[in-house]
Amino acid sequence: MLSSVIGYYSLIFGSFISLVIIFFSVQNFKNSKILDSKILLFSFLQLVLVFVSFLCLIISFVNSDFSNETVFNNSHTTKPLFYKITGTWGNHEGSLLLWLLVLTLFIFIFLVKSKSQLKKYRILTVIFQQVIIIGFFTFLIKTSNPFNYLFPIPKEGLGLNPILQDPALAIHPPILYLGYVGSSIIFSSALAATTVNYINNNWASHIKSWVLTSWIFLTLGILLGSIWAYYELGWGGFWFWDPVENVSLMPWLALTTLLHCILVLEKRSLFKSWIIILSIATFALSMCGTFLVRSGILNSVHTFANDPERGLFILFFLFLLISISILIFLVFHKSDNKKLSPIFFLSKETSIVINNWFMMYFLSVVLIGTVYPIFLEAISSQKISVGPPFYNKLLIPFLIPFLIFMAIGPRLRWIKSELKDKLSLVALLIISVLFSFLIVRNFNTNYLLNSILIGSAFYLFFITVQDFFIKKNKRFSQNIAHFGFSLLILSILLNSIFSTEIITNLKVGESYIEDDLKIEFKDLDKENKKNYISFTGTFYIKDKSSNNILNPELRIYNQPNIITSEADIKITLMQDNFITINSVKNEDYFNVRYLVKPFMLWIWISVLLVSLGGLISLFNKKYEK
Amino acid sequence: MKNKIIITIVIFFFTFVFLIFYQGLNNSNIYKPSNSENKIIPKFSAYTFFENKLVKSENIFNQKKFYLLNIWASWCLPCRDEHPFIMSLKENEKLEIIGLNYKDKQKNAKSFINNYGNPYSKILLDKDGTKAIEWGAYGVPETFLIFENQIIKKYIGPLNSESISEIKSFIK
Amino acid sequence: MKTLKLIFIIFLIFSLNYLKANETDLQNKITKNLRCLICQGQSVYDSDSDFAISLKLVVKKKINDGLSEKEIYDFLTEKYGEWILYDPKFNKNTYILWFLPLLIFLGGAIVFKKLINIKK
Repeated sequence: MLSSVIGYYSLIFGSFISLVIIFFSVQNFKNSKILDSKILLFSFLQLVLVFVSFLCLIISFVNSDFSNETVFNNSHTTKPLFYKITGTWGNHEGSLLLWLLVLTLFIFIFLVKSKSQLKKYRILTVIFQQVIIIGFFTFLIKTSNPFNYLFPIPKEGLGLNPILQDPALAIHPPILYLGYVGSSIIFSSALAATTVNYINNNWASHIKSWVLTSWIFLTLGILLGSIWAYYELGWGGFWFWDPVENVSLMPWLALTTLLHCILVLEKRSLFKSWIIILSIATFALSMCGTFLVRSGILNSVHTFANDPERGLFILFFLFLLISISILIFLVFHKSDNKKLSPIFFLSKETSIVINNWFMMYFLSVVLIGTVYPIFLEAISSQKISVGPPFYNKLLIPFLIPFLIFMAIGPRLRWIKSELKDKLSLVALLIISVLFSFLIVRNFNTNYLLNSILIGSAFYLFFITVQDFFIKKNKRFSQNIAHFGFSLLILSILLNSIFSTEIITNLKVGESYIEDDLKIEFKDLDKENKKNYISFTGTFYIKDKSSNNILNPELRIYNQPNIITSEADIKITLMQDNFITINSVKNEDYFNVRYLVKPFMLWIWISVLLVSLGGLISLFNKKYEK
Repeated sequence: MKNKIIITIVIFFFTFVFLIFYQGLNNSNIYKPSNSENKIIPKFSAYTFFENKLVKSENIFNQKKFYLLNIWASWCLPCRDEHPFIMSLKENEKLEIIGLNYKDKQKNAKSFINNYGNPYSKILLDKDGTKAIEWGAYGVPETFLIFENQIIKKYIGPLNSESISEIKSFIK
Repeated sequence: MKTLKLIFIIFLIFSLNYLKANETDLQNKITKNLRCLICQGQSVYDSDSDFAISLKLVVKKKINDGLSEKEIYDFLTEKYGEWILYDPKFNKNTYILWFLPLLIFLGGAIVFKKLINIKK
């Protein structure tokens, strides 16, 4: 009760502080040489208020205060404490409050961290960021107030969707938001820098930390989402090209492109306009993701409650921001049409242009694939689906040259360089392809394509390994990130080729036998847990090399009444053994799905390596120069 | 000059995208197959519920009158809701009601019929749900109004008083 | 120009990707490409809903009846609309979907050529 009231009013006060900050910023913009300390002070105050508001919501959730509508809709007294807390941001209202919290946190950190930068630039960044913050305050208070009061007070809440009651998913949204919101700082900062004509090397090295930070969080956020999908959705996939996944991938692609471009700006004054456009696009794509997910305009496995009014608000806000940024870009940006310093073919710049070229293509495939059905329906009211086959067909062929360029690119130096050891590079490529051919030839898949594809991934792998041993390697972070990426592509490819799957129906006591494999359904135990009934199966699985006992589980949750299937996975370095059971209507047997998925662990490890590369680069700036 | 063209294009592009998204907000995001009308009914053969005889669809829908094919199951709650409406059509002489019992246990289906009444002149069995797919159905209940081997109207979900009066106006 | 040729060749390889496969493989391939109407984010292959289970049986039956992959898709799109296919058919509704990304890639090639001084 009380916490809802406090939470609501600190939110209202917080929104007024935005106006105060803008007022002081405008005043400060021309008057003095140094940044008014009031701006910093009020930013901190705003952060505290939003934090208090967020804390109040958590308290309401912990106390199961059902006079609060958000708590009533998303919680239940029998839910474990951990999920009561994480349930705070597992819903629309709470997640927006979290988003707002991160927005205010980031602008405060920005102010603290940017002391060496131009004053006017800092103030403008604050103003742009406050415009975004005001937008979110209005959105929150107007359409999705987390502190709505319910009367009469319900005795029991509606509960949280059980598939969301999961540790990976509990931290997935905050991490993803750190990535999304980080892109808002890049956006504001790029606009501010455009206005005061501050797009230069200095700005590039300063904004690079923000690009890296949000890039790392976005990468980790996507990883967590994938891991969750892998073990929770119960069919052993980790990426479905589902719209909700695509909208997190798009800002990631834009951010990765931006990251590479910033490197060029740091060294040479090139691609200024392009960098501004990319900064705007990254944030626009993040917002677009929020719009597509929250408005319910797309349907997907990940269901969210949706409300057209909310969608409409985000849509207007998104287009307002885009219009403002285009306006600023056109009015203030002076393209340096003077003589461009030429880019030579064999240079690091070229390799980064190629990177941008391919990344933009990948981005356009994902973007078009995701929104095309909306366009088609609006224009001709025909409904189609765009699924994995579309993305595979358009992305995979382009991955081959991309991987090869990715291997050679870092070997080139700035401005003008030569490619040493051309012969050995070509030889290695041929060896890689032949090597891959030996691996895939026993499978009746398309081995010509597969061996070229896996060959190019191996090529990147070998080259990056080789780079680790080259003396005076100055770009350790880049090397480890590219190495991680080669490992990622390799694991995904090998995983998709070598995965085996058995789907069968078994009763307790029955066995499934095929060649060397025997799956025995030994036992089924029933157990009453706090908020669900658990049926745990015991399976003895015997194959050529190993004996495993696996215990997949079916959970019947009481609130809301939903059955979930919990996979049991035996994870080893080389492969995962994955089993799920499902009940079938009117039958006393269970549908058993047993999968052997090689290199699964390496998919996760390689993504961690990729983000580790970013982390090293973030903390090791001097070393990199 | 060149700049102005670019600006115009950009503005047009974003306005277009905005309008499309705006339009998209109003569309439902749950897909339902279109109520494809005037399609020829599929050919199939199925066992009958009571006599357990194999019959061909050509021998069922062969007369010059209206048929109503209703896909139902005893475990499906909306079927219970719509059942009285189907019962109300039973006495209509121009209409023959055929039931397609979807993925059901014979025992449960029988007690359903005993409790709520039997409006069907024939009940066909669809134990594995494959016949429903031949009809283009994807759940229960679904109902098809048929005349001269053509599907005139398709109802996804339970029938209600509105759809009943519509059916009545068709067969007048 | 070389990259273009390379891409062209790779596409050829793709279009020749119809190697013999046994019936379960074909069934899996088809059901993975079908979208389940009950749980609308899943493929029929991955889903355990009643509809998906029956649809798997239907696909199996049709394969046994000797229908080709394309005929099965045609059969199902006639019943349920093109929405059911994850791999959108190539027709007037989807020209833009398939070509626009490729056009963007070619546009990128033009920009690349303008930017980079290929002559040494």
